[in-house]
Amino acid sequence: MELLISACLGVMIACGVYLLLRARTFSVVLGLILMSFAVNFFLFITGRLHTDLPAIISPDRSIYADPLPQALVLTAIVIGFAMTAFVVVLALRAGRELETDHVDGKPEKTQ
Amino acid sequence: MNHLILGPLLLPLLAGALSVLLVNQSLFRQRLLGLTSCLAVTVMSTALIYQSATEPIQVYVLGDWRPPFGIVMVLDRLSAMMILITSLLAFLCLIYAAQETDRQGKNFHALFQFQIMGINGAFLTGDIFNLFVFFEVMLLSSYGLILHGAGRYRTRAGLHYVILNLVGSSIFLVAVGVLYGLLGTLNMADLAVRMTHAPAENAALLKAAGLILFSVFALKAALLPLCFWLPSAYGFTSAPVAALFAVMTKVGVYAILRIYTLIFGDGAGVAANLITPWLMPIALTTLVAGAIGLVAGTDLRQISSYLVLMSVGTLLAVIGTFDMAAIAAAMVYLPHTTFMTAGMFLTADMIDRQRPDAGTGLTPDQPVRQKTLLGFLFLGTAVSIVGLPPLSGFTAKVMMLMTVQSHSAAPWLWALMLAGGLISLIVLGRAGTIIFWKTLPENPLHTSRAISFVHAFPALTLLSISPLLVLLGGPISEFAYATADQITRPAQYVEAVLGLDNAVLLLQSKGG
Repeated sequence: MELLISACLGVMIACGVYLLLRARTFSVVLGLILMSFAVNFFLFITGRLHTDLPAIISPDRSIYADPLPQALVLTAIVIGFAMTAFVVVLALRAGRELETDHVDGKPEKTQ
Repeated sequence: MNHLILGPLLLPLLAGALSVLLVNQSLFRQRLLGLTSCLAVTVMSTALIYQSATEPIQVYVLGDWRPPFGIVMVLDRLSAMMILITSLLAFLCLIYAAQETDRQGKNFHALFQFQIMGINGAFLTGDIFNLFVFFEVMLLSSYGLILHGAGRYRTRAGLHYVILNLVGSSIFLVAVGVLYGLLGTLNMADLAVRMTHAPAENAALLKAAGLILFSVFALKAALLPLCFWLPSAYGFTSAPVAALFAVMTKVGVYAILRIYTLIFGDGAGVAANLITPWLMPIALTTLVAGAIGLVAGTDLRQISSYLVLMSVGTLLAVIGTFDMAAIAAAMVYLPHTTFMTAGMFLTADMIDRQRPDAGTGLTPDQPVRQKTLLGFLFLGTAVSIVGLPPLSGFTAKVMMLMTVQSHSAAPWLWALMLAGGLISLIVLGRAGTIIFWKTLPENPLHTSRAISFVHAFPALTLLSISPLLVLLGGPISEFAYATADQITRPAQYVEAVLGLDNAVLLLQSKGG
C-alpha cells in the first residue's frame, strides 16, 4: 500500500512539474491542479495509513485515526480550489489581452 | 487575555467585508471606511507596540483551546513592530490611492483591507498552518491588487506572480505535512520543543522540511534564484500597491527570522542552525544581483524594484550572522528601508504624471512642473536610501557595519554593502540628473496637472520618517536590541505559549 501511494504521488508530482514547465497557460494551469492534488493527497496521508479506525472516541478501541490531517486537507482543498478558479480566469484574461496563450505573452510564430 | 491583539486582524476584515457591500455606492464612503479602518489599526498597533515593550510576550488563545491544540496569536516585540510598520505604510498608501488609483476598477478598497489583514495575521500567528492560511489571504488579495487597473504588461507580470506563488503555496504545504507527520504538532512553540527531542533517524526528513520551508520564504522575500518575479511585478503595478508591497517582501524576512531562530535555531537538536550556512551567501548574491539590475535599469520604477531587492539582500545578509547585535541593527534598518523604498515608488509615480512623453523612463523630456516639490522628494528619498548622512539610511547602515565586524564573513559583508551603496548612489544620481536637469525645452502645448498637497502628503510623510528615525535613534535602537534579545532567546517565546516546563526542556537541550 505504501509503495502504491508513494508511486502515485511521485507520478502526479512529476506530471505536474512537467506540465508546469510548458509554455502554454492551459497546460500550466493543469500542472498547478495536478500539483495541488498531489499535495492534498500527501497532507491527507501524513495521518498515517490505517484502515477501519474510529474517528471519534469509542469505548472498545485504543487507537484512533488522526483527525487533524483531515481538517488540514479540507482547508487546503478549499484554498486550492479558489486559487485554481482565479488562475483560470486570469489565464483567460491574459489570453485575451496579450492575444496569445504563451505564458510570456510572446506572439505566435507564423509558419 | 488581551483582546486588542486581534484588533489588527478583525478590523480590516470587517472593513473589507463592508467595502464589498458598498462597492456599487459612492467611492467616497469606501474611502472613508478604508481610511478610518487603517487609521484605527495604526492607533491599535501603536498601543500594541507600547504593550510589547513594557510587558512580556502576550498570547491570545483563540476560542480558549489551550495550546498546543488550539490556534494562538502571539504578540512579541518583533510582531508588534512589523504590525506598526504595515499599518502606518498601509494608511499612507491608501491616502495616495484615494487620489486616483482606486477609480480604475472596483473592489480596490476591499482587497486593500484584506491585504492588511493577511499581512498582520502572518505577523501575529503562532501556528505554522495558520501562517500558511494568512499567507494565502495575503496572496489572494495581492493578486487582485497587482492586477488592479490592468494593462498588458501588468497582466503578464501578474500571471507570472500568481503561478509562482501558487507553486510556492503547494511547496509550503509539503513542508508543513512533513513537519506534522514527524513531530505531530503545528504550534510553532511546540514544534520548537519537539524538535529538540527529535530522534536522529528523522534528521534527514526534518532538515529537508526545514529547507523546503526556507525556499518558500525565500520566494516571498525574493532571494536570488527566486527573485525574478519581483522587478516586473512591482515595476508594472500601480504605485500605491507597489509601495504597500514594500512590506510584503518583509513578510518573508519576518518568517525566516521567526522560524529559523525559534524552530531550527541553536537548540533544535538534529536540525540545529539549519540555514546558517545558506542564508548569508544567498542574501549577498541577491544584493549583488540587485545592484546589477540597478545599473541596467532604464526606468525609475524598475530601479525602485531593484532597490527593494537590494534592501532584502542587505537585511538577510545581516540577519544571516544570527548574532544578537547584528539582528538588532537589522531591526533598525528594516523600518527605514521599508518606508524609503515605498516613498520612492510614490515619488516615481508623481514624476510620471508630470513628464508627458518619457514618464518614469530615463530619457530626456520636458521639465516636471513642480520642480521644487518633486526634486526635494526625490533627493531626500534617494539620500536616505543610499545611506548618506544625515538621514536614517546612514545611521542604520553604520550600525549594521559596526555590529557585523567580529563575524568571520565581515569582509564580504562590508565590501558588498558598501559597493551596493556606491552603486545605488551612482544610479540614483544619474536618474535624478536625467529627470531634473537634462530637460528638453518646454512645450506650452503639454501642460501636466499640478500635484495637490494631499497627493504629495504620503510621500512627504514617508520621507519625514527618515529624520525621525535618526532623532529617536536612542529609544529605537534600545527597542531593537530588546527585540533581538527576545528573538535570539526562543525559550521566552515557548514559555509564553506553553508554560515554564516546556521552556526548561528547550533550555536543557541547548546546554546538553
